[in-house]
Amino acid sequence: MSNDRWLDGDAGPVVRPYTLTRGRTRLRNDGLDLISVLEATGVPVSRRMRLDPEHRTLLALCRRPITFADLASEVDLPVGVVRVLVDDLREENLLRALRPTSTGDVPDELVLRKLLNGLRAL
Amino acid sequence: MDYVHSDAAAGAPAAASGGGRLVAAKILVAGGFGVGKTTMVGSISEIRPLRTEEVLTDRSVGVDDISGVDGKTSTTVAMDFGRITLPDDLVLYLFGTPGQQRFWFMWDELALGALGAVVLADVRRLGDSFAAVDYFEDRRTPFVVAVNCFDGAERKDPEDVRIALDLEERVPLLMCDVRDRESAKRVLITVVEHVLAQAAARP
Repeated sequence: MSNDRWLDGDAGPVVRPYTLTRGRTRLRNDGLDLISVLEATGVPVSRRMRLDPEHRTLLALCRRPITFADLASEVDLPVGVVRVLVDDLREENLLRALRPTSTGDVPDELVLRKLLNGLRAL
Repeated sequence: MDYVHSDAAAGAPAAASGGGRLVAAKILVAGGFGVGKTTMVGSISEIRPLRTEEVLTDRSVGVDDISGVDGKTSTTVAMDFGRITLPDDLVLYLFGTPGQQRFWFMWDELALGALGAVVLADVRRLGDSFAAVDYFEDRRTPFVVAVNCFDGAERKDPEDVRIALDLEERVPLLMCDVRDRESAKRVLITVVEHVLAQAAARP
């Protein structure tokens, strides 16, 4: 990517896609795995929350549980940007994340068996 | 893999055994550039685009030429991932790891929570698979080696490949044709069987 096409020296260390996140790249909540499952909490949106259209799109997509990777693919925004927007929504308690347990590296045997049966039946 | 609420305010934890709960699992597809990762993902799953915009970390210093660029910069990496929807609200995701060395900073994020991995190998360029084999051995991520047999590719004795890659005996090695759905399916089944065997062997 050619930086000088978009930025001059005065612009500082600004990365274009992050204008959507008002330049924020840091997260308040912990990071999400690409297969973390997100779900809307059903908490009503209030005007105080100052949501952008992108926030609303993401929230609408999370009415049913959806993985972070599917969400990012659906809105066609870079993963890092979606990460920050999702973080905003979690901060307002509009979204919750269902994540693999900390023992994620030792998958549940029942899930593995289901996976095996499912793959065999494909 | 169980899911629990990570948000403290979320109330009662989700029961993994409860119906209607989406459960996602992840298998990585690794290997050298051009070995057939994307082809494999495409032959077995619904392929979807994903854009990643990653800040170059200090790990890429010396790998990527960032001289003359002040402050933080970022690189856009397009990657594909595959999605296989299975019964019981189970979804298996396949992520191809970047083949080029300069995108290796993405591997750790991809490997997080992966149940296992496939290392695709091409017998003409076995050396390209060393890095992936080392990576998964170091992380203790269960993996299988699948030798992609292209048309006209020289057939090798699997044992020769095992020796060339210095693979432990317990690492499954199989021949495959990534363009063929049944063959790609066989590779994934081998990964899950291997993960189950590893889990059973654990004290």
